[in-house]
Amino acid sequence: MLRLPSFTYLQPQTLADALRMKQDAGPQGAYVAGGTDLYPNMKRRHQEPRTVISLMGVRDLSGDGKWETGNVLRAGITLTALASDTSVRKHYAAVTTAAELVSTPLLRNMGTLGGNLCLDTRCNYYNQGYEWRKAIDFCMKKDGAICWVAPSSPRCWAVSSSDVAPVMVALGADYVLAGPQGERVVPAGRFYHNDGINYLTKQPDEILTAVRLPAPDGWDAVYHKLRRRGAFDFPVLGVAAWVKWGAGRGERGAVVQDARVVLGGVASYPQEVPEAGAALKGTTLSDDAIAAAAEAAYRPSKPMDNTDFELSWRKQMTQVYVKRALEELRTRRG
Amino acid sequence: MATRKKKATSEHRVIGKALRKVDAVAKVTGATKFADDLALPRMLYCKLLRSPHPHARITAIDTTKARQLPGVKAVLTGQDLPIAFGILPVSQDEHALCPDTVRFVGDPVAAVAATSEETATAALDLIAVTYEPLAAIASAEQAVATPTPRIHDYGPAGNLHKLINLEFGDVDEGFAAADLIREDTLFFEGSTHLPMEQHAALAQYTADGKLTLWSSTQTPHYVHRALARVLELPAAKIRVIACPNGGGFGGKSDPFSHEIVVAKLAMVTGRPVKVTLTREEVFYCHRGRHPTLMWVKTGVKKDGAITAMHFKSLLDGGGYGSYGVASTYYTGALQTVTYHVPRYKFQGARAFTNKPPCGPKRGHGTPQPRFAVEVQLDKIAEQLKIDPAELRLRHLVPPNSVTANYLRVGSMGLGACIAKVVAGSGWKQKFRRLPTGQGVGLACSSYLSGAGLPIYWNNMPHSGVQLKCDRSGGVTVFCGSTDIGQGSDSILAYIVAEVLGVDPFHIAVVTADTDLTPVDLGSYSSRVTLMSGNAALQAAERARDILARHAAKKLEIPDERVVFADGRVFDAQDPGRGVAFAAAVQLAEAAEGTIGTVGSYTPPRSPGSYRGAGVGPSPAYSYSAAVAHVEVDPETGIVRVPTIWIAHDVGRSINAATVMGQVEGSVYMGLGEALMEEMAYRGDLKVMHKIPSLLEYKSPTTLEMCDVVTYLIEDPDPNGPFGAKEVGQGPLLPVMPAVANAVYDAVGVRVDEVPITPEKVLKALKRKAKGEEPRYGPTAFPEIDWPEPSRVPPPWEGGDGKEVEGGRGRSQATTGAERQH
Amino acid sequence: MRFDLNGEPCDVTFAAHKTLLEVLREDLGLTGTKHGCELGECGTCTVLVDGTPVLSCLVLGLACEGRRVKTVEGMADGPRLHPLQDAFAELGAAQCGYCTPAFLLAAEALLAANPRPARDEIKQALAGNLCRCTGYIKIYEAVELAAARMRGEDAKPATESLYGHP
Repeated sequence: MLRLPSFTYLQPQTLADALRMKQDAGPQGAYVAGGTDLYPNMKRRHQEPRTVISLMGVRDLSGDGKWETGNVLRAGITLTALASDTSVRKHYAAVTTAAELVSTPLLRNMGTLGGNLCLDTRCNYYNQGYEWRKAIDFCMKKDGAICWVAPSSPRCWAVSSSDVAPVMVALGADYVLAGPQGERVVPAGRFYHNDGINYLTKQPDEILTAVRLPAPDGWDAVYHKLRRRGAFDFPVLGVAAWVKWGAGRGERGAVVQDARVVLGGVASYPQEVPEAGAALKGTTLSDDAIAAAAEAAYRPSKPMDNTDFELSWRKQMTQVYVKRALEELRTRRG
Repeated sequence: MATRKKKATSEHRVIGKALRKVDAVAKVTGATKFADDLALPRMLYCKLLRSPHPHARITAIDTTKARQLPGVKAVLTGQDLPIAFGILPVSQDEHALCPDTVRFVGDPVAAVAATSEETATAALDLIAVTYEPLAAIASAEQAVATPTPRIHDYGPAGNLHKLINLEFGDVDEGFAAADLIREDTLFFEGSTHLPMEQHAALAQYTADGKLTLWSSTQTPHYVHRALARVLELPAAKIRVIACPNGGGFGGKSDPFSHEIVVAKLAMVTGRPVKVTLTREEVFYCHRGRHPTLMWVKTGVKKDGAITAMHFKSLLDGGGYGSYGVASTYYTGALQTVTYHVPRYKFQGARAFTNKPPCGPKRGHGTPQPRFAVEVQLDKIAEQLKIDPAELRLRHLVPPNSVTANYLRVGSMGLGACIAKVVAGSGWKQKFRRLPTGQGVGLACSSYLSGAGLPIYWNNMPHSGVQLKCDRSGGVTVFCGSTDIGQGSDSILAYIVAEVLGVDPFHIAVVTADTDLTPVDLGSYSSRVTLMSGNAALQAAERARDILARHAAKKLEIPDERVVFADGRVFDAQDPGRGVAFAAAVQLAEAAEGTIGTVGSYTPPRSPGSYRGAGVGPSPAYSYSAAVAHVEVDPETGIVRVPTIWIAHDVGRSINAATVMGQVEGSVYMGLGEALMEEMAYRGDLKVMHKIPSLLEYKSPTTLEMCDVVTYLIEDPDPNGPFGAKEVGQGPLLPVMPAVANAVYDAVGVRVDEVPITPEKVLKALKRKAKGEEPRYGPTAFPEIDWPEPSRVPPPWEGGDGKEVEGGRGRSQATTGAERQH
Repeated sequence: MRFDLNGEPCDVTFAAHKTLLEVLREDLGLTGTKHGCELGECGTCTVLVDGTPVLSCLVLGLACEGRRVKTVEGMADGPRLHPLQDAFAELGAAQCGYCTPAFLLAAEALLAANPRPARDEIKQALAGNLCRCTGYIKIYEAVELAAARMRGEDAKPATESLYGHP
């Protein structure tokens, strides 16, 4: 049986206690929410914190059971609760879609929004047992010096594998972080780094407490996910597409005022492709516009050979999936 | 005796009914004790240190630091277990811990027993092993091309483990008579069993020198033999208990390193020692489907009648022999039992590579050639403009016949199977008539109901049963068979209950314990229902005869009039006159003493006696036919399978519900192999498993599983108990070729390789769009230095099942001789 | 630690890093909860915590303080099987039986929320549980049979489920 290494387990009730406990524990401390990301990693010795601080009892994160206040999602909401929230579904359907496509119902019962947004990057050379990693002499993300995906590269190419994060970036959501110095707000797009090791701009002591979503205001968004199986699997490609409708909103001839296309599973961060968004502006999401955007997204999509499927196929699928996402937006226009 | 009928009839009260399994309540309440559920006082935990190299010499091992770690009670290395073992007598090439050479990443090198699993794990990192890496071989083709360094120092040449060359009649003459000849090269990727239960074993050694091993094994008898051999203990001082297996599928059929190691550790420490493999280690145990490259040349007449078939296979065996010699023969054995093949040539090769050893996975060596043959037949049917179902129906092997390679076919329900799936699926309205992206495909198959010969040469029964009738009316069945979820314990109870007229749930079943139960060779080759079933039937009939004799005396009627039913023993002509079953036992016991009987089963002799004739014969062959409906997304190449219609000739269901479960489960596993399951290896850094995890080995979830429409064909076979044949493996076989053929029907491309992944489909579609051959698959079969063929004239050419010395044998085929079978 | 285990208060002491799976199996002797990967990749260790199916391999024992934990051992009502257990036994939905406790508990949670699930809803609810034996079909049929009986219907298995199509 794979087991956890030993550690001290703390269960703070307040954010202040959690932050203090983390400061006391220092770099040897780690926050845990649902545990579905951290504990498997600990069992494989990717992370070996001496102190684990559970955030599940912190009321500020769960909103005392009231998950949604206005446009704010508390980070401690489970993915199941998020996916089944009727208000979120009504105004933020892409968030619902992404949440309900994460892994399995069991995992979603445990995993949280905050956990999914902070999900560790993944790689075929990294998400392995200790003995396997030892056999390849480890990699730079843990215990080693090299990136086996791109051995001449100075950086780690582990893949952003969150389903919800690309949606948040596409929506232009803001993340609320609590830290020892107080609260700060970061746009979702600036929360992520294209680096498999330092993939978050969040300081280790900071806690992602909430996500502020933009008010529903004439925009729409969808999320499409590519993976081998309908459950369990992380995205090998995620496409979050957002458009703001301008003139003729809600009608067949409506014009796109602004658009964003964000890819998951192809880089170490949710990768926005501005050229794809630009290709859609001022269009009615015609076939030509969609094809241009899909082509624009295809070009910078550079999956590495470190997930399921052949990377050339994954790259080709960028075009197909961006097209399908945009076609869905067109259909939803009404 | 009038009541002694093996044939099932409507009078049966148990046989054929959809009863619960005798262990159903234990399973649904979580009460079943699997190996890892066991714990003994003062138990130690074992962990194995495994090789980080695919191929290397061990130059030094230092265990000093590990031994010094508090809590560590023993550390073993290869020196402690120097005797080699292996499931087949011809390939005793494994060691419990590698003494000098490691042959794949994951090969066990050292073992630790400690007071906790954490301590044992920590100790592994303190064992210093020095390796001298050797060149590693990643594929069978590479093995053929790379004779040195040799992975093993035995085998016909270089890194070839086994070469087979058999010729049944002059195939060249057969091809000359053909109107159409096709040559196709296909590849079947390796896959693994992936039982949900990780292997576990618990050993106890007591001061009186008695060793007991509880293990998740399908073959306690072979584990028993391996332990006696390697540990040099008298077999009588070893007790092996096979716990109910949490899934086997062939993956728990070898004696394993970890079983021997915990036994040795228990002997060394004097304390119970348990090992539970991690999921990663289960991938290293493997023994799964051999990746197999195949070349098949078939000649047919205009009506589809096969004139000759030449089949070549190259198996990637991994690092050890395992069942590989048998697996290799199996890739050539069963081509002949479905459609009449008058002349047949088979060349098979197995290569050693530096990967976990392959072995017997559900269908053992036969799904690969079946895939090749059924896909090729689909192509032939198209070229001949004959409906593929019709083509198959025209040329079925007749029942009660002997094939070119001397397999005796008894009952043969394939025609009925094809008719069922054709009608049920609406085949005639769908084939080549569905819109682009939708397709249907058909394929058939056959499988053994148990291997005709044992794994090690002996002339004893393959299965034994002891039966005890107690004066309380209780009946206990003892049998060495192992329930791996297929319901073999229940089969024993049903058969005995039917014969003795008692409630099957009143029967106690004691199985898979070498101290208590007579030998059954194990749960492999779909042998248990037929073989242990026949043994149980014989034991039960003998008990019934004893009881009938004394009941008849009491009732003052002839023995023949005694009927056993409903817990009573009574007069057939006056059912009111009789005694309770318990009273019948008491009468017999009073007259004869303790009532116990035995039953045994030995398969009939096979008509073939050439070298290699031992693999393929079976008392009875099951048959299956399947139609798959697929949807192919032409933009992505993603294949979805909404429905599979499958008909299976089971001879006779002992329990219809468990038969249904085996069919549906086989379709599931076949669907996984068809679409996504794959033992993927890295070749760049090191030859090693790409990702040995349940997340990345893609087992279909509820969302991928298709609907299954099942038809059971009951064509009783005289060799089966009540006519029963196998069902555990055969229904898997037609699934892969049916899906492949359906993909062609849907989008017009051939993927001559499983798994049929989106990448492959899309590549084939792109080739099609460019006007190239609309196909994805291998193109060449390597040159292999085959030995001289063994020439065995088929029965209709005057053959007698023996090889002909030199020359080409008596080639005197006449149409008259062909008709005689 | 004190928590409610299968309807009874339970006190147990264990190391802080032990998962609920390990505590149940090793400290409490409830081996009905199985494991297939210990990484959340198979669903075999499913138990109910406060009525919600979770992966016991990824829940710390300590995180269950004061909560209600239900395992397969707590499903039957004394000697009477839960309708799901009964239906699984009747249809042969448990072959090797190793994944069965997890499926039973995931199905129980489904039926508590949705007494009349459609086949697709059952597939979705059980998508996190792998079974290598059954192909899931007998499991779906058993869940549907149990659901009908729990609704008070006098339901019987379909003939074609048990004997195949005619």
